[in-house]
This record gives sequence, structure tokens and C-alpha cells, in this order.
Amino acid sequence: MNATPVLAMREVVHAWPGGHAPGLCIAGFEVAAGERVFLRGSSGSGKSTLLNLIAGTLAPRSGSIQIEGVEITTRRAGACDRLRADRLGVVFQQFNLLPFLSMQDNVTLPCRFSMARRRRTEREHASLDAAAHDLLQRLGLSGRALMQRRVAELSVGQQQRVAVARALIGSPALVLADEPTSALDTQARDAFLNLLNAELTRTRAAVVFVSHDAALAHHFDRAIELADIADSHAAAELA
Amino acid sequence: MRSLLTLAYRSLLARRFTVGLTVLTIALSVTLLLGVERLRDEARTSFLRSVAGTDLIVGARAHPVQLLLYSVFRLGDASNNLSWQSAQWIAGLPEVAWSVPISLGDSHRGYRVIGTTPAYFEHLQTGGGRPLSMASGEVFSAVFETVLGADVARELGYQVDSRIVLAHGTGQVTAQKHDDQPFAVVGVLDATGTAIDQGVYVSLAALEAIHLNWRSGTRIGRAPSIDDVDPKLLEPRNVTALFVGLKSRIATFGVQRAVNAYAIEPLSAVLPGVALQQLWSMLDEAERALSMAAACVVAAGFMVLLTTILATLNERRREMAILRGVGASARHVFGLLLTEAALLSAMGATLGALLVELLLLVLSPWLQARYGIFLQAGLPRWETLRLVAAVAGMGTLLGVVPAILAYRRSVQDGMTLKI
Repeated sequence: MNATPVLAMREVVHAWPGGHAPGLCIAGFEVAAGERVFLRGSSGSGKSTLLNLIAGTLAPRSGSIQIEGVEITTRRAGACDRLRADRLGVVFQQFNLLPFLSMQDNVTLPCRFSMARRRRTEREHASLDAAAHDLLQRLGLSGRALMQRRVAELSVGQQQRVAVARALIGSPALVLADEPTSALDTQARDAFLNLLNAELTRTRAAVVFVSHDAALAHHFDRAIELADIADSHAAAELA
Repeated sequence: MRSLLTLAYRSLLARRFTVGLTVLTIALSVTLLLGVERLRDEARTSFLRSVAGTDLIVGARAHPVQLLLYSVFRLGDASNNLSWQSAQWIAGLPEVAWSVPISLGDSHRGYRVIGTTPAYFEHLQTGGGRPLSMASGEVFSAVFETVLGADVARELGYQVDSRIVLAHGTGQVTAQKHDDQPFAVVGVLDATGTAIDQGVYVSLAALEAIHLNWRSGTRIGRAPSIDDVDPKLLEPRNVTALFVGLKSRIATFGVQRAVNAYAIEPLSAVLPGVALQQLWSMLDEAERALSMAAACVVAAGFMVLLTTILATLNERRREMAILRGVGASARHVFGLLLTEAALLSAMGATLGALLVELLLLVLSPWLQARYGIFLQAGLPRWETLRLVAAVAGMGTLLGVVPAILAYRRSVQDGMTLKI
């Protein structure tokens, strides 16, 4: 395994201005390259705050956050956006897709915002569309009829698979998944996780998978409680 | 930036119904604004073209605008005539190079009959100093011969050797016809894009001849054969107006003063250009009101644009969060909204400009026939392009409002939605 962790957070303190919402305080959290981390936390425990901090769409009050050794807290917002575009893939809870784009265009969307990702994709495939096709096929979404369907006509399970393809295109180092299985039934959920794991292994991407459902933990290398790394009391005192 | 344009375009395309209505609203407002401008400009050049080459117009004492309207544009009727003696006196003034009398009052199937002399075809000019020319045939020489304007011949399907009957008065429907004395068409004029195209031209003697057996607007008995009539009787007693050309422009005001001071009967001599200016200043208020109304409609169009974009902002928060997640910056979100506003207004303005040309194309024959205004559709002019650019620019500027809102929310929301 690579020595540089994909994600390293140290003494990160975040407090919402005004102190209405609880803040977040993380003493230390690391994810090694290619590591699959399951982060369990109930709703309201600061999950989305944590994800926004990692993605660089939220700036902490103090502390250090590094993505593949690059410090993002000292960077300007634009640089953080570029870093996210280059190195991160994101899968949301549901409604991951832009309804006005085709399945293919949804998958290649990150390549519109990141030249690095575009180049990486084109190095491995003949074209962006070919890459999207390939990814979708691996995730069990192929066939002309399906490709021509409007995104809104896909089932939730299919939509989430398209979202995974989008997160993985251009081989980002880290995938952030925010309860991507909460809208799926048990059977679809396990199938989805197996596909996700297979693709993560293939592209050697690390994942931070956030969910409230502890039953999913066995799919991952490491499972931790958000409460164990985040100290909301300390943050509350700060705020 | 290109990717933003595609995204904005696709997003608009997905909402094509509301977006289409918005574009149409802007297009119609631009059409109205451009149409008003266009109509005014074209009317001015068209009218100006009609008075080219004539130095003075003389008629019975009247307001210059009124004299201009009935003599040149054949709109409305003369309140009074001037006597033939006065006309002769003016023609004989040393400064006068030529004079062409016209006599109005009869019609043929809605077209005015103009009694005049062959000099009419020699001296009257249209825009750019172009003299009148014959499309076919020649100028009338005998009493019951007529020359037709281009529109009359085309609309009624006449050509040289056709026979026509004049009607008494200028109403569209007239029971009183001079059907005992038909005219032979001997010539057809080339189109000029002025009121001249709408005229039926006969000699002054012809008008006297067909009215020989008329008293107080009613026909009495049979018309006497033209050969039996004393030529003295065919001499006009009065005419409606006189077009005058001078030997030198410098003499214009002198002749005008002399005519206005003529002691035997009250006359008015007007400079066509000056009368036209007076006409425009009379219409100025109305024009301005019309332009203001059109501008208000454009403003309303912009409000619709703003509403369309603002209304969707809330439901598109999810879309913005997704974009942020895949690497878009808040500035990208700002740019996306701005691009949408720019696209909407640019499409609206362009469509509006095209609609104007299309409308002109469809309406120009009618406008020319009805009002003698010669409009030409064609490639958009410089002013049109400027207006289209201004509307697109203004729309983009307004787009800053939703763009800033989306930017702020996008910074707040990040890539997850807090509801």
C-alpha cells in the first residue's frame, strides 16, 4: 500500500457561525490508499458536515485536511473545487443524476470540470463515451434501449449504479458515499455493494462510506463510529 | 466555458415548454419595438421619396400638412380648388421652370383618378431624382385615354388597350358611373413605391368632358359626342393643386411669398420638405408614446425572463449540489445561471428580429396598397443588430440576480442539501 494516506484529517474544528447547529471536532482520521472505510453515524451526527469538509466545499475553523498529501484548508475555494474535481468521486443518497442529461453524459460529467480526470479517462479508453459505456456495462447497465432511456425513467437502483459509474470515471483516489443504499431494498442493496466493491478493487480507489445501517459494515475493510472520531461536545464548547 | 454552455442549453431544452414561452414573450416584445421603429423609418423615407423634385405645392388656402396630404399622398380631400386663371398666373411667373396641375375628385374601383397634363410624367420625380417611366405604352394624347399607376394595373389586371369606366366621387362603392364614356388604357407606369402607383391618370380635358352633362353631382341626359363640343368647354375652370418646379432654388421663398400674397384668391404655397417636417412633429407625440409602450412591453418581457429563472431556482438546488459534487465551483453555478439568462434573451431577441422581417414580408403589399408606405423586408440592418445585442446584454445583466442567489446558496449548501 502507498505510504501517503488518501485522506488525513488532524485536529479539525468546524463551527457554524452563530452556533445554532452543533459543530464538529475531529482529532484524527486517516484513510489509506485503496482502503474501504465504513463510517456509521445516525442522522444529525454531522455526517454531511464531515463530507463537505473532506470535499472542500466547507472550510474548517482550524486544523489540517490533506487529500493525497495536499493540504486543502489553506487553499482558496477555487483550488479546492479543482482538487475535488480531479481526485474525488461522490455518490449521494438519491437523485444523483441531472435529469436533462443522458445516462452517458451524466457519467462523463466530472470530466467537464476536470482536465486531469478527462486525460486519465482518455488514456485508458478510446473516448469519454467509450469509458462511460464500459463502466456502465460493468455495473450491469448496458443495452441500447437502456442507454436511450431518460434518466428519470430509471429505477432507483439503476440510478445509483449510474452514480457509481460517474464517481469512478477517470479513477479518482477517493470516493465519498453518502448513504447511497438507503433508498434500496435489502436485495438490491447487497447487489449494489458487491458491484461497488468490485469496481473499487479494480480502480484501486479508497472509499468513505457513510451510513446509519451497521449491517453493512461487513462489506468494508474497516468500520468506525462517527462518534468515536468526532467530538461534538468539544465543538459545542467552541461555538 | 463551453461545457457550461452545453449544460445550460441542455437544461433549458429539458424545460422547453416554459422556456419556449419565455423566449416567445421576449421575441414578441422585440418584434413590437423593432416594428414601431421600422414602420416610422420606412414611412419617413417613403414619404420623402414621394416629394422629391418638387419645389413648391400650391393649392387653395389650407394648412401645409393638409395640402401635402391630399396633393401628394392623396389622403383626404381638398377643401377648395384653385382657379385655372391662378394656375396660369403661377405657371407664367418668370422664376417658374415648370408647373403640373392636378385635379382630383373621381375614382376607379377605389383608386383615385388624377386629371393632369402630360408634363406630370415629365417633371415628377421619385426618390433619388428618378423620373417616372413607362412600363408599357405611352402618355395619353386624346381625351378618352388614360395612363395607369403600376399597382392599379397589377391589382385590377389591366394592360394597354383595356377599357375602363370612371366613377363619380371617391367612395369605394359608387352608383354614379361615367359609363357612357369609357377610357382606353394607353400606358402603364413603372412601380415607384409611392402614391403615384395608385393613380389613374387622365387629361384635364377628359375630366371636363365626362362632367359636361353633369349638374350638382348627377348625370343629366346623354353625353354629347366629344367631336361636337366646343373645345373651349373642355378647358378646366379650376384644379386641385399645382406642383411647381423653379429655375433656381434660391427663388423658392420669393415665389412662396408672392403666391401667399396673391390678391385675387387665397392660395397657399408650401415647401414639401417643410410640410413633411411639420407632419412629423405633429406625429412626434404619438410616435414617442408608441415607442414608450413598446419599451414597456420589452421590460415586461424581461420580468418574465427573471420570473422563469427565479421560479426554478428552488427546485434546482439539488441540481446545483450535484454539480458541486462532481467538481463545479460556486462560480460555475453562477456562470451556469448567467449563461441561461443570456441564452434565453439572445434567442428571444433573435427570434423577434426574424419575426419583424417575416411580418414585413407578409404585410408589405397590404401596407403599400392601403397607406402607400413602401416597406422592404430583408437582411437585418445595423440598428436591428444593435437592438438584438442590447436586449441580449440586458437579459444577461438581469441574469446576475438569480446567478448571485444561486451562487450564495451553492456556497451554503456545498454538495449536500440541508433542508
